[in-house]
Amino acid sequence: MKQHLNTLFVTTEGTYLAKDGMAVAVRMEKKTRLRIPLHNLDGIVCFGRVGVSPSLMAICGESGVTISMTDAHGRFRAAIIGYSPGNVLLRRTQYRVADDPSKSCEIARIMVAAKLANCRAVLLRAARDSRVESRRSTLTTAARRLVTNLEAARACDSLERLRGIEGEGASTYFEAFSAMVNVPEDAFQFTSRSRRPPLDPLNALLSFLYALLAHDARSACEAAGLDAAVGFLHRDRPGRPGLALDLMEEFRPFLADRLALSLINRRQISASGFTTSPTGAVNMNDATRKTLLKAYQVRKQKTMLHPFLQEKTSVGIMIHLQARLLARHLRGDVDAYPAFVWR
Amino acid sequence: MPYTEAELIPLSALQHLLFCPRQAALIHVEQLWAENRLTVEGMHLHRRAHEATDELRGDTRIVRGLALRSLAHGLVGMADIVEFTPNDETRATTLRTTPLRGLFQAVKAEPAAWQVTPVEYKRGKPKSDESDRVQLCAQTLCLEEMLMVKIAEGSLFYGKRKRRTRVLFDAELRATTVAAAERFHQLFSSGVTPPAVYSAKCDNCSLISLCLPKIAGRGLAQQFLNRQFSLALSMEAPRSDPDDHEESA
Repeated sequence: MKQHLNTLFVTTEGTYLAKDGMAVAVRMEKKTRLRIPLHNLDGIVCFGRVGVSPSLMAICGESGVTISMTDAHGRFRAAIIGYSPGNVLLRRTQYRVADDPSKSCEIARIMVAAKLANCRAVLLRAARDSRVESRRSTLTTAARRLVTNLEAARACDSLERLRGIEGEGASTYFEAFSAMVNVPEDAFQFTSRSRRPPLDPLNALLSFLYALLAHDARSACEAAGLDAAVGFLHRDRPGRPGLALDLMEEFRPFLADRLALSLINRRQISASGFTTSPTGAVNMNDATRKTLLKAYQVRKQKTMLHPFLQEKTSVGIMIHLQARLLARHLRGDVDAYPAFVWR
Repeated sequence: MPYTEAELIPLSALQHLLFCPRQAALIHVEQLWAENRLTVEGMHLHRRAHEATDELRGDTRIVRGLALRSLAHGLVGMADIVEFTPNDETRATTLRTTPLRGLFQAVKAEPAAWQVTPVEYKRGKPKSDESDRVQLCAQTLCLEEMLMVKIAEGSLFYGKRKRRTRVLFDAELRATTVAAAERFHQLFSSGVTPPAVYSAKCDNCSLISLCLPKIAGRGLAQQFLNRQFSLALSMEAPRSDPDDHEESA
Protein backbone atom coordinates (compact mmCIF):
# COMPACT_ATOMS: atom_id res chain seq x y z
CA MET A 1 0.00 0.00 0.00
CA LYS A 2 1.03 3.55 -0.44
CA GLN A 3 2.74 4.84 2.64
CA HIS A 4 3.02 8.46 1.58
CA LEU A 5 0.18 10.76 2.32
CA ASN A 6 0.69 13.87 0.36
CA THR A 7 -2.21 15.75 -0.98
CA LEU A 8 -1.56 18.78 -3.14
CA PHE A 9 -4.11 21.47 -2.35
CA VAL A 10 -4.43 24.16 -4.98
CA THR A 11 -6.17 27.13 -3.45
CA THR A 12 -5.22 29.99 -5.77
CA GLU A 13 -7.83 30.53 -8.43
CA GLY A 14 -6.48 30.78 -11.96
CA THR A 15 -3.73 28.21 -11.33
CA TYR A 16 -3.07 25.72 -14.11
CA LEU A 17 -1.75 22.21 -13.46
CA ALA A 18 0.13 20.44 -16.23
CA LYS A 19 2.06 17.23 -16.72
CA ASP A 20 5.82 17.68 -16.80
CA GLY A 21 7.42 14.27 -17.28
CA MET A 22 6.34 12.26 -14.27
CA ALA A 23 5.63 15.40 -12.26
CA VAL A 24 2.89 17.97 -11.77
CA ALA A 25 3.87 21.47 -12.84
CA VAL A 26 1.95 24.17 -10.97
CA ARG A 27 1.64 27.28 -13.17
CA MET A 28 0.53 30.71 -12.12
CA GLU A 29 0.47 33.61 -14.51
CA LYS A 30 2.17 31.38 -17.11
CA LYS A 31 5.15 30.71 -14.88
CA THR A 32 5.92 27.31 -13.37
CA ARG A 33 6.04 27.92 -9.64
CA LEU A 34 6.36 24.36 -8.39
CA ARG A 35 7.12 20.84 -9.63
CA ILE A 36 6.00 17.85 -7.59
CA PRO A 37 6.87 14.28 -8.64
CA LEU A 38 3.72 12.17 -9.03
CA HIS A 39 5.12 9.33 -6.94
CA ASN A 40 5.08 11.70 -3.95
CA LEU A 41 1.36 12.34 -4.30
CA ASP A 42 -1.79 10.45 -3.55
CA GLY A 43 -4.29 13.16 -4.27
CA ILE A 44 -4.78 16.62 -5.71
CA VAL A 45 -7.60 18.86 -4.49
CA CYS A 46 -8.44 21.92 -6.59
CA PHE A 47 -10.48 24.69 -4.98
CA GLY A 48 -12.52 26.86 -7.26
CA ARG A 49 -11.34 27.89 -10.70
CA VAL A 50 -8.24 25.73 -11.25
CA GLY A 51 -7.31 24.22 -14.62
CA VAL A 52 -5.91 20.73 -15.16
CA SER A 53 -4.38 19.56 -18.43
CA PRO A 54 -5.82 16.43 -20.09
CA SER A 55 -2.43 14.71 -20.09
CA LEU A 56 -2.10 15.32 -16.34
CA MET A 57 -5.57 13.85 -15.82
CA ALA A 58 -4.55 10.77 -17.81
CA ILE A 59 -1.31 10.14 -15.94
CA CYS A 60 -3.00 10.75 -12.56
CA GLY A 61 -5.67 8.22 -13.47
CA GLU A 62 -3.01 5.67 -14.37
CA SER A 63 -0.88 6.21 -11.30
CA GLY A 64 -3.69 6.18 -8.78
CA VAL A 65 -3.64 9.89 -7.92
CA THR A 66 -7.19 11.13 -7.42
CA ILE A 67 -7.94 14.68 -8.56
CA SER A 68 -10.88 16.26 -6.74
CA MET A 69 -12.51 19.44 -7.95
CA THR A 70 -14.38 21.42 -5.32
CA ASP A 71 -15.93 24.84 -5.25
CA ALA A 72 -14.05 27.62 -3.51
CA HIS A 73 -15.53 26.53 -0.16
CA GLY A 74 -14.35 22.95 -0.50
CA ARG A 75 -17.68 21.46 -1.49
CA PHE A 76 -17.08 18.49 -3.75
CA ARG A 77 -18.00 18.88 -7.42
CA ALA A 78 -16.14 16.22 -9.42
CA ALA A 79 -13.29 13.77 -9.25
CA ILE A 80 -10.93 12.22 -11.74
CA ILE A 81 -10.26 8.66 -10.67
CA GLY A 82 -8.43 5.93 -12.60
CA TYR A 83 -9.61 2.40 -13.01
CA SER A 84 -11.03 1.08 -9.78
CA PRO A 85 -9.43 -2.13 -8.65
CA GLY A 86 -11.37 -4.61 -10.70
CA ASN A 87 -12.74 -6.63 -7.88
CA VAL A 88 -16.22 -7.16 -9.17
CA LEU A 89 -16.87 -9.91 -6.59
CA LEU A 90 -16.23 -7.54 -3.70
CA ARG A 91 -18.56 -4.93 -5.18
CA ARG A 92 -21.32 -7.44 -5.74
CA THR A 93 -21.01 -8.52 -2.13
CA GLN A 94 -21.15 -4.88 -1.06
CA TYR A 95 -24.37 -4.35 -3.05
CA ARG A 96 -25.94 -7.53 -1.65
CA VAL A 97 -25.21 -6.40 1.91
CA ALA A 98 -26.46 -2.89 1.13
CA ASP A 99 -29.70 -4.39 -0.23
CA ASP A 100 -30.21 -6.42 2.94
CA PRO A 101 -31.46 -4.14 5.74
CA SER A 102 -30.51 -6.44 8.59
CA LYS A 103 -26.98 -7.06 7.28
CA SER A 104 -26.54 -3.33 6.57
CA CYS A 105 -27.68 -2.59 10.09
CA GLU A 106 -25.12 -4.99 11.57
CA ILE A 107 -22.32 -2.92 10.02
CA ALA A 108 -23.98 0.49 10.40
CA ARG A 109 -24.62 0.08 14.13
CA ILE A 110 -20.91 -0.58 14.71
CA MET A 111 -20.08 2.58 12.77
CA VAL A 112 -22.58 4.67 14.73
CA ALA A 113 -21.49 3.21 18.06
CA ALA A 114 -17.85 3.95 17.20
CA LYS A 115 -18.73 7.50 16.23
CA LEU A 116 -20.64 8.07 19.48
CA ALA A 117 -17.78 6.53 21.49
CA ASN A 118 -15.35 8.85 19.73
CA CYS A 119 -17.58 11.88 20.32
CA ARG A 120 -17.66 10.90 23.97
CA ALA A 121 -13.86 10.60 24.01
CA VAL A 122 -13.53 14.11 22.56
CA LEU A 123 -15.86 15.50 25.22
CA LEU A 124 -14.08 13.68 28.06
CA ARG A 125 -10.68 14.75 26.80
CA ALA A 126 -11.79 18.39 26.74
CA ALA A 127 -13.38 18.03 30.19
CA ARG A 128 -10.10 16.74 31.59
CA ASP A 129 -8.23 19.75 30.16
CA SER A 130 -10.83 22.36 31.10
CA ARG A 131 -10.17 24.66 34.03
CA VAL A 132 -13.74 25.97 34.18
CA GLU A 133 -16.01 23.94 36.44
CA SER A 134 -19.28 24.84 34.64
CA ARG A 135 -17.89 23.79 31.27
CA ARG A 136 -16.49 20.60 32.75
CA SER A 137 -19.89 19.63 34.06
CA THR A 138 -21.58 20.44 30.71
CA LEU A 139 -19.09 18.18 28.98
CA THR A 140 -19.31 15.27 31.41
CA THR A 141 -23.12 15.46 31.41
CA ALA A 142 -23.19 15.27 27.61
CA ALA A 143 -20.67 12.40 27.72
CA ARG A 144 -22.92 10.56 30.17
CA ARG A 145 -25.94 11.02 27.91
CA LEU A 146 -23.96 9.61 24.98
CA VAL A 147 -23.49 6.35 26.90
CA THR A 148 -27.25 5.73 26.61
CA ASN A 149 -27.16 6.47 22.86
CA LEU A 150 -24.13 4.28 22.40
CA GLU A 151 -25.73 1.32 24.16
CA ALA A 152 -28.93 1.80 22.18
CA ALA A 153 -26.95 1.91 18.93
CA ARG A 154 -25.14 -1.31 19.72
CA ALA A 155 -28.39 -3.17 20.37
CA CYS A 156 -30.29 -1.56 17.47
CA ASP A 157 -31.58 -3.83 14.71
CA SER A 158 -33.38 -1.30 12.53
CA LEU A 159 -31.61 1.18 10.27
CA GLU A 160 -34.41 3.69 10.71
CA ARG A 161 -34.09 3.67 14.51
CA LEU A 162 -30.30 3.68 14.21
CA ARG A 163 -30.41 6.90 12.19
CA GLY A 164 -32.61 8.38 14.92
CA ILE A 165 -30.15 7.37 17.64
CA GLU A 166 -27.30 8.82 15.62
CA GLY A 167 -29.20 12.11 15.28
CA GLU A 168 -29.96 12.30 19.01
CA GLY A 169 -26.32 11.62 19.85
CA ALA A 170 -25.19 14.29 17.39
CA SER A 171 -27.46 16.94 18.95
CA THR A 172 -26.29 16.08 22.47
CA TYR A 173 -22.71 16.33 21.28
CA PHE A 174 -23.06 19.60 19.37
CA GLU A 175 -25.10 21.26 22.13
CA ALA A 176 -22.08 20.76 24.38
CA PHE A 177 -19.56 21.53 21.66
CA SER A 178 -19.06 25.20 22.54
CA ALA A 179 -18.01 24.21 26.05
CA MET A 180 -14.84 22.85 24.47
CA VAL A 181 -13.91 26.30 23.13
CA ASN A 182 -11.52 28.01 25.54
CA VAL A 183 -11.29 31.43 23.88
CA PRO A 184 -13.64 34.25 24.87
CA GLU A 185 -14.69 35.19 21.32
CA ASP A 186 -18.44 34.84 20.79
CA ALA A 187 -17.82 33.95 17.16
CA PHE A 188 -16.80 30.44 18.17
CA GLN A 189 -19.93 29.67 20.16
CA PHE A 190 -22.75 27.67 18.61
CA THR A 191 -25.44 25.24 19.63
CA SER A 192 -26.12 23.23 16.50
CA ARG A 193 -24.68 22.29 13.14
CA SER A 194 -25.60 24.42 10.16
CA ARG A 195 -24.35 23.18 6.83
CA ARG A 196 -26.11 24.83 3.93
CA PRO A 197 -24.74 27.36 4.41
CA PRO A 198 -22.62 27.37 7.58
CA LEU A 199 -23.96 30.28 9.65
CA ASP A 200 -21.00 30.85 11.97
CA PRO A 201 -17.21 30.40 11.85
CA LEU A 202 -17.17 27.15 13.82
CA ASN A 203 -19.68 25.58 11.44
CA ALA A 204 -17.66 26.86 8.48
CA LEU A 205 -14.53 25.22 9.92
CA LEU A 206 -16.30 21.93 10.53
CA SER A 207 -17.89 21.86 7.06
CA PHE A 208 -14.56 22.46 5.42
CA LEU A 209 -12.82 19.77 7.46
CA TYR A 210 -15.61 17.28 6.78
CA ALA A 211 -15.20 17.96 3.05
CA LEU A 212 -11.49 17.13 3.31
CA LEU A 213 -12.26 14.00 5.29
CA ALA A 214 -14.88 12.94 2.73
CA HIS A 215 -12.30 13.30 -0.02
CA ASP A 216 -9.92 11.02 1.88
CA ALA A 217 -12.65 8.52 2.77
CA ARG A 218 -13.71 8.35 -0.87
CA SER A 219 -10.13 7.66 -1.97
CA ALA A 220 -9.80 5.00 0.72
CA CYS A 221 -12.98 3.24 -0.47
CA GLU A 222 -11.81 3.29 -4.08
CA ALA A 223 -8.34 2.07 -3.16
CA ALA A 224 -9.81 -0.86 -1.24
CA GLY A 225 -11.92 -1.82 -4.26
CA LEU A 226 -15.21 -0.71 -2.69
CA ASP A 227 -17.90 1.40 -4.35
CA ALA A 228 -17.77 4.71 -2.49
CA ALA A 229 -21.33 5.54 -3.54
CA VAL A 230 -23.12 2.60 -1.89
CA GLY A 231 -23.35 2.90 1.87
CA PHE A 232 -24.96 0.96 4.69
CA LEU A 233 -25.89 3.74 7.10
CA HIS A 234 -26.28 6.43 4.46
CA ARG A 235 -29.02 5.71 1.96
CA ASP A 236 -28.23 5.88 -1.75
CA ARG A 237 -28.68 9.30 -3.23
CA PRO A 238 -27.31 10.27 -6.63
CA GLY A 239 -24.08 12.19 -6.28
CA ARG A 240 -23.59 11.27 -2.66
CA PRO A 241 -20.69 9.01 -1.67
CA GLY A 242 -22.71 6.96 0.85
CA LEU A 243 -19.97 4.53 1.84
CA ALA A 244 -17.36 7.29 2.14
CA LEU A 245 -19.77 9.08 4.50
CA ASP A 246 -20.29 5.86 6.48
CA LEU A 247 -16.57 5.34 6.77
CA MET A 248 -15.86 8.88 7.93
CA GLU A 249 -18.36 8.80 10.81
CA GLU A 250 -15.90 7.22 13.23
CA PHE A 251 -13.22 9.75 12.20
CA ARG A 252 -15.24 12.97 12.38
CA PRO A 253 -14.78 13.62 16.12
CA PHE A 254 -11.22 12.39 16.32
CA LEU A 255 -9.84 13.96 13.15
CA ALA A 256 -11.97 16.96 12.18
CA ASP A 257 -13.66 18.18 15.38
CA ARG A 258 -10.59 18.03 17.54
CA LEU A 259 -8.53 19.74 14.87
CA ALA A 260 -11.02 22.62 14.63
CA LEU A 261 -11.01 22.97 18.42
CA SER A 262 -7.21 22.87 18.65
CA LEU A 263 -6.81 25.58 16.03
CA ILE A 264 -9.27 27.84 17.84
CA ASN A 265 -7.95 27.14 21.33
CA ARG A 266 -4.35 27.65 20.27
CA ARG A 267 -5.45 30.88 18.58
CA GLN A 268 -4.08 29.77 15.24
CA ILE A 269 -7.43 30.72 13.81
CA SER A 270 -9.40 33.76 14.95
CA ALA A 271 -12.78 35.29 14.21
CA SER A 272 -11.17 37.89 11.94
CA GLY A 273 -10.33 35.11 9.49
CA PHE A 274 -13.99 34.80 8.46
CA THR A 275 -16.36 36.90 6.41
CA THR A 276 -20.14 36.93 6.54
CA SER A 277 -22.12 37.37 3.35
CA PRO A 278 -25.42 39.35 3.28
CA THR A 279 -27.32 36.03 3.39
CA GLY A 280 -25.62 35.10 6.65
CA ALA A 281 -23.36 32.46 5.11
CA VAL A 282 -19.93 32.45 6.70
CA ASN A 283 -16.79 31.91 4.64
CA MET A 284 -13.19 31.69 5.70
CA ASN A 285 -10.53 33.84 4.10
CA ASP A 286 -7.52 32.48 2.21
CA ALA A 287 -5.10 32.68 5.12
CA THR A 288 -7.47 30.76 7.41
CA ARG A 289 -8.05 28.13 4.74
CA LYS A 290 -4.30 27.68 4.32
CA THR A 291 -3.76 27.33 8.07
CA LEU A 292 -6.51 24.74 8.16
CA LEU A 293 -5.16 22.73 5.22
CA LYS A 294 -1.68 22.70 6.64
CA ALA A 295 -2.88 21.63 10.08
CA TYR A 296 -4.97 18.86 8.52
CA GLN A 297 -1.96 17.52 6.64
CA VAL A 298 0.25 17.70 9.72
CA ARG A 299 -2.35 15.82 11.74
CA LYS A 300 -2.53 13.06 9.14
CA GLN A 301 1.23 12.52 9.41
CA LYS A 302 1.06 11.87 13.17
CA THR A 303 1.63 8.27 14.12
CA MET A 304 -0.44 6.10 16.41
CA LEU A 305 -1.07 2.44 17.13
CA HIS A 306 -3.88 0.87 15.15
CA PRO A 307 -5.99 -0.65 17.94
CA PHE A 308 -7.11 -3.74 16.02
CA LEU A 309 -4.07 -4.46 13.86
CA GLN A 310 -1.68 -3.50 16.67
CA GLU A 311 0.61 -1.85 14.14
CA LYS A 312 2.07 1.62 14.19
CA THR A 313 0.50 3.71 11.49
CA SER A 314 -0.15 7.32 10.57
CA VAL A 315 -3.50 8.94 11.26
CA GLY A 316 -4.02 9.41 7.51
CA ILE A 317 -3.38 5.74 6.70
CA MET A 318 -5.95 4.78 9.37
CA ILE A 319 -8.82 5.61 7.01
CA HIS A 320 -7.29 3.37 4.36
CA LEU A 321 -6.84 0.56 6.85
CA GLN A 322 -10.46 0.88 7.98
CA ALA A 323 -11.68 0.72 4.35
CA ARG A 324 -9.59 -2.37 3.86
CA LEU A 325 -10.91 -3.97 7.05
CA LEU A 326 -14.44 -3.24 5.87
CA ALA A 327 -13.67 -4.92 2.53
CA ARG A 328 -12.19 -7.89 4.37
CA HIS A 329 -15.29 -8.15 6.53
CA LEU A 330 -17.56 -8.06 3.48
CA ARG A 331 -15.51 -10.85 1.88
CA GLY A 332 -15.87 -12.93 5.03
CA ASP A 333 -12.28 -12.74 6.31
CA VAL A 334 -13.12 -10.87 9.50
CA ASP A 335 -16.21 -11.72 11.56
CA ALA A 336 -17.26 -8.08 12.13
CA TYR A 337 -16.23 -4.62 11.01
CA PRO A 338 -13.61 -3.60 13.61
CA ALA A 339 -14.35 0.12 13.71
CA PHE A 340 -11.81 2.62 15.03
CA VAL A 341 -12.59 3.44 18.66
CA TRP A 342 -10.43 6.17 20.16
CA ARG A 343 -9.17 5.31 23.61
CA MET B 1 -11.51 -30.35 -23.18
CA PRO B 2 -9.28 -27.50 -24.28
CA TYR B 3 -9.80 -24.10 -22.68
CA THR B 4 -11.15 -21.11 -24.59
CA GLU B 5 -9.17 -17.90 -25.00
CA ALA B 6 -11.37 -16.20 -22.41
CA GLU B 7 -10.42 -18.77 -19.80
CA LEU B 8 -6.65 -18.44 -20.07
CA ILE B 9 -4.80 -17.63 -16.87
CA PRO B 10 -1.46 -15.82 -16.64
CA LEU B 11 1.62 -17.99 -16.28
CA SER B 12 2.70 -15.99 -13.25
CA ALA B 13 -0.46 -17.10 -11.43
CA LEU B 14 1.00 -20.58 -10.99
CA GLN B 15 3.89 -19.13 -9.05
CA HIS B 16 1.53 -17.16 -6.86
CA LEU B 17 -0.52 -20.30 -6.27
CA LEU B 18 2.49 -22.36 -5.25
CA PHE B 19 3.73 -19.62 -2.94
CA CYS B 20 0.33 -19.24 -1.31
CA PRO B 21 -3.19 -20.01 -2.62
CA ARG B 22 -4.52 -16.98 -0.76
CA GLN B 23 -1.97 -14.71 -2.41
CA ALA B 24 -3.00 -16.11 -5.79
CA ALA B 25 -6.67 -15.40 -5.00
CA LEU B 26 -5.98 -11.89 -3.68
CA ILE B 27 -4.08 -10.98 -6.85
CA HIS B 28 -6.16 -12.74 -9.47
CA VAL B 29 -9.64 -13.08 -7.96
CA GLU B 30 -9.77 -9.90 -5.89
CA GLN B 31 -7.44 -8.03 -8.26
CA LEU B 32 -5.39 -6.55 -5.47
CA TRP B 33 -1.75 -5.83 -6.02
CA ALA B 34 0.75 -4.11 -3.85
CA GLU B 35 4.13 -3.16 -5.08
CA ASN B 36 7.10 -3.47 -2.87
CA ARG B 37 10.81 -3.39 -3.40
CA LEU B 38 10.89 -6.98 -4.57
CA THR B 39 8.26 -6.64 -7.27
CA VAL B 40 9.71 -3.36 -8.51
CA GLU B 41 13.15 -4.91 -8.80
CA GLY B 42 11.70 -7.90 -10.58
CA MET B 43 9.89 -5.64 -13.03
CA HIS B 44 13.05 -3.73 -13.74
CA LEU B 45 14.99 -6.90 -14.49
CA HIS B 46 12.18 -8.10 -16.75
CA ARG B 47 11.87 -4.83 -18.59
CA ARG B 48 15.53 -5.09 -19.59
CA ALA B 49 14.98 -8.65 -20.75
CA HIS B 50 11.93 -7.65 -22.79
CA GLU B 51 13.24 -4.45 -24.30
CA ALA B 52 15.68 -6.09 -26.69
CA THR B 53 14.56 -7.77 -29.88
CA ASP B 54 15.89 -11.09 -31.10
CA GLU B 55 19.61 -11.49 -31.68
CA LEU B 56 21.99 -14.01 -33.13
CA ARG B 57 24.79 -15.30 -30.99
CA GLY B 58 26.93 -17.93 -32.72
CA ASP B 59 24.55 -20.67 -33.81
CA THR B 60 21.83 -19.62 -31.41
CA ARG B 61 18.92 -17.30 -32.08
CA ILE B 62 17.88 -15.55 -28.87
CA VAL B 63 14.26 -14.39 -28.91
CA ARG B 64 13.10 -12.06 -26.14
CA GLY B 65 9.58 -11.37 -24.91
CA LEU B 66 7.91 -14.18 -26.82
CA ALA B 67 4.13 -14.33 -26.32
CA LEU B 68 2.99 -17.77 -25.21
CA ARG B 69 -0.22 -19.67 -24.66
CA SER B 70 -1.56 -23.13 -24.19
CA LEU B 71 -5.19 -23.98 -24.83
CA ALA B 72 -4.67 -27.49 -23.45
CA HIS B 73 -3.76 -26.13 -20.02
CA GLY B 74 -5.44 -22.73 -20.24
CA LEU B 75 -2.29 -20.62 -19.89
CA VAL B 76 -1.14 -17.34 -21.38
CA GLY B 77 1.96 -15.22 -20.82
CA MET B 78 5.37 -14.34 -22.05
CA ALA B 79 8.80 -15.94 -22.05
CA ASP B 80 11.78 -13.77 -21.11
CA ILE B 81 14.06 -15.59 -23.50
CA VAL B 82 13.70 -18.57 -25.81
CA GLU B 83 16.81 -19.88 -27.53
CA PHE B 84 16.66 -21.69 -30.84
CA THR B 85 19.66 -23.86 -31.74
CA PRO B 86 19.79 -26.03 -34.87
CA ASN B 87 21.18 -29.55 -34.88
CA ASP B 88 23.08 -29.26 -38.16
CA GLU B 89 24.67 -26.84 -40.61
CA THR B 90 21.74 -26.59 -43.10
CA ARG B 91 19.43 -25.48 -40.28
CA ALA B 92 22.11 -23.13 -39.08
CA THR B 93 21.89 -21.33 -42.43
CA THR B 94 18.08 -21.15 -42.10
CA LEU B 95 18.60 -19.73 -38.60
CA ARG B 96 20.90 -17.00 -39.88
CA THR B 97 18.89 -16.01 -42.93
CA THR B 98 15.19 -16.30 -42.09
CA PRO B 99 13.16 -13.73 -40.19
CA LEU B 100 11.52 -14.80 -36.92
CA ARG B 101 8.23 -15.84 -38.45
CA GLY B 102 9.97 -18.13 -40.91
CA LEU B 103 12.07 -19.55 -38.10
CA PHE B 104 8.96 -20.58 -36.16
CA GLN B 105 7.60 -22.26 -39.31
CA ALA B 106 10.89 -24.06 -39.84
CA VAL B 107 10.79 -25.36 -36.28
CA LYS B 108 7.18 -26.48 -36.65
CA ALA B 109 8.03 -28.28 -39.91
CA GLU B 110 10.99 -30.19 -38.46
CA PRO B 111 10.77 -30.13 -34.67
CA ALA B 112 13.37 -32.83 -34.22
CA ALA B 113 16.02 -30.74 -35.98
CA TRP B 114 15.90 -27.92 -33.42
CA GLN B 115 16.72 -27.44 -29.83
CA VAL B 116 14.37 -24.97 -28.14
CA THR B 117 15.36 -23.70 -24.68
CA PRO B 118 13.31 -21.34 -22.52
CA VAL B 119 15.25 -19.11 -20.08
CA GLU B 120 13.56 -17.20 -17.29
CA TYR B 121 15.10 -14.31 -15.39
CA LYS B 122 14.57 -14.10 -11.65
CA ARG B 123 15.82 -11.60 -9.14
CA GLY B 124 17.65 -12.90 -6.09
CA LYS B 125 18.64 -16.48 -5.61
CA PRO B 126 17.05 -19.89 -6.20
CA LYS B 127 14.00 -20.48 -3.99
CA SER B 128 13.57 -23.51 -1.79
CA ASP B 129 10.17 -24.27 -3.34
CA GLU B 130 9.68 -25.33 -6.92
CA SER B 131 7.59 -22.36 -8.07
CA ASP B 132 10.26 -21.01 -10.45
CA ARG B 133 10.70 -24.43 -12.05
CA VAL B 134 6.94 -24.79 -12.40
CA GLN B 135 6.64 -21.41 -14.09
CA LEU B 136 9.38 -22.36 -16.55
CA CYS B 137 7.77 -25.73 -17.14
CA ALA B 138 4.45 -23.99 -17.84
CA GLN B 139 6.21 -21.86 -20.47
CA THR B 140 7.54 -25.08 -21.92
CA LEU B 141 4.06 -26.61 -22.13
CA CYS B 142 3.02 -23.52 -24.12
CA LEU B 143 6.06 -23.67 -26.42
CA GLU B 144 5.57 -27.36 -27.04
CA GLU B 145 1.95 -26.79 -27.98
CA MET B 146 2.67 -23.77 -30.18
CA LEU B 147 5.76 -25.09 -31.98
CA MET B 148 4.92 -28.79 -31.76
CA VAL B 149 8.38 -29.48 -30.35
CA LYS B 150 9.54 -31.56 -27.44
CA ILE B 151 11.62 -29.63 -24.92
CA ALA B 152 13.78 -31.56 -22.50
CA GLU B 153 15.35 -28.73 -20.54
CA GLY B 154 15.46 -25.01 -19.92
CA SER B 155 17.20 -22.72 -17.46
CA LEU B 156 16.61 -20.15 -14.77
CA PHE B 157 18.89 -17.15 -14.52
CA TYR B 158 19.12 -15.69 -11.02
CA GLY B 159 20.05 -12.01 -10.70
CA LYS B 160 22.10 -12.52 -7.55
CA ARG B 161 24.08 -15.49 -8.84
CA LYS B 162 24.42 -14.24 -12.40
CA ARG B 163 24.50 -17.87 -13.53
CA ARG B 164 22.07 -20.21 -15.20
CA THR B 165 20.55 -23.15 -13.38
CA ARG B 166 19.45 -26.04 -15.58
CA VAL B 167 15.90 -27.32 -15.25
CA LEU B 168 14.93 -30.74 -16.59
CA PHE B 169 11.31 -31.08 -17.63
CA ASP B 170 10.79 -34.60 -16.32
CA ALA B 171 7.45 -36.35 -15.86
CA GLU B 172 7.24 -35.30 -12.23
CA LEU B 173 7.72 -31.56 -12.87
CA ARG B 174 5.25 -31.70 -15.74
CA ALA B 175 2.66 -33.41 -13.56
CA THR B 176 3.15 -30.82 -10.80
CA THR B 177 2.75 -28.00 -13.32
CA VAL B 178 -0.39 -29.43 -14.93
CA ALA B 179 -1.92 -30.04 -11.49
CA ALA B 180 -1.13 -26.46 -10.41
CA ALA B 181 -2.81 -25.08 -13.53
CA GLU B 182 -5.91 -27.16 -12.82
CA ARG B 183 -5.97 -26.06 -9.19
CA PHE B 184 -5.73 -22.43 -10.21
CA HIS B 185 -8.56 -22.77 -12.73
CA GLN B 186 -10.73 -24.23 -9.97
CA LEU B 187 -9.77 -21.50 -7.52
CA PHE B 188 -10.46 -18.77 -10.08
CA SER B 189 -13.86 -20.07 -11.10
CA SER B 190 -14.94 -20.60 -7.47
CA GLY B 191 -14.24 -16.90 -6.74
CA VAL B 192 -13.58 -17.82 -3.12
CA THR B 193 -10.45 -16.50 -1.44
CA PRO B 194 -8.97 -19.14 0.88
CA PRO B 195 -8.57 -18.11 4.54
CA ALA B 196 -5.24 -16.71 5.69
CA VAL B 197 -2.78 -18.86 7.56
CA TYR B 198 0.08 -16.85 9.00
CA SER B 199 3.60 -18.23 8.57
CA ALA B 200 7.14 -16.86 8.38
CA LYS B 201 6.99 -16.42 4.60
CA CYS B 202 4.16 -13.89 5.03
CA ASP B 203 6.69 -11.31 6.19
CA ASN B 204 8.26 -11.22 2.72
CA CYS B 205 4.96 -11.14 0.88
CA SER B 206 4.14 -7.90 -0.92
CA LEU B 207 0.46 -8.39 -0.08
CA ILE B 208 0.81 -8.68 3.68
CA SER B 209 -0.93 -5.35 4.38
CA LEU B 210 -3.84 -6.33 2.12
CA CYS B 211 -4.04 -9.93 3.33
CA LEU B 212 -3.71 -9.14 7.06
CA PRO B 213 -2.90 -12.79 7.84
CA LYS B 214 -2.60 -12.25 11.58
CA ILE B 215 -6.15 -11.01 12.02
CA ALA B 216 -8.06 -12.72 9.24
CA GLY B 217 -10.27 -15.67 9.90
CA ARG B 218 -9.80 -15.79 13.64
CA GLY B 219 -13.16 -14.47 14.66
CA LEU B 220 -11.61 -11.76 16.77
CA ALA B 221 -13.31 -8.64 15.50
CA GLN B 222 -16.47 -9.05 17.59
CA GLN B 223 -14.40 -9.69 20.72
CA PHE B 224 -12.29 -6.67 19.87
CA LEU B 225 -15.36 -4.46 19.51
CA ASN B 226 -16.88 -5.66 22.77
CA ARG B 227 -13.66 -4.90 24.60
CA GLN B 228 -13.18 -1.51 22.88
CA PHE B 229 -16.71 -0.36 23.65
CA SER B 230 -16.70 -1.48 27.26
CA LEU B 231 -13.33 0.19 27.84
CA ALA B 232 -14.53 3.31 26.01
CA LEU B 233 -17.59 3.43 28.25
CA SER B 234 -15.59 3.12 31.43
CA MET B 235 -12.84 5.60 30.60
CA GLU B 236 -12.35 9.04 32.09
CA ALA B 237 -10.53 10.37 29.03
CA PRO B 238 -8.61 8.78 26.16
CA ARG B 239 -4.99 7.96 26.96
CA SER B 240 -3.57 7.70 23.46
CA ASP B 241 -3.38 11.01 21.70
CA PRO B 242 -1.29 11.79 18.65
CA ASP B 243 -1.69 15.49 19.48
CA ASP B 244 -0.10 15.25 22.92
CA HIS B 245 3.37 15.41 21.50
CA GLU B 246 2.68 18.72 19.80
CA GLU B 247 0.82 20.24 22.72
CA SER B 248 3.67 19.61 25.13
CA ALA B 249 6.23 20.89 22.63
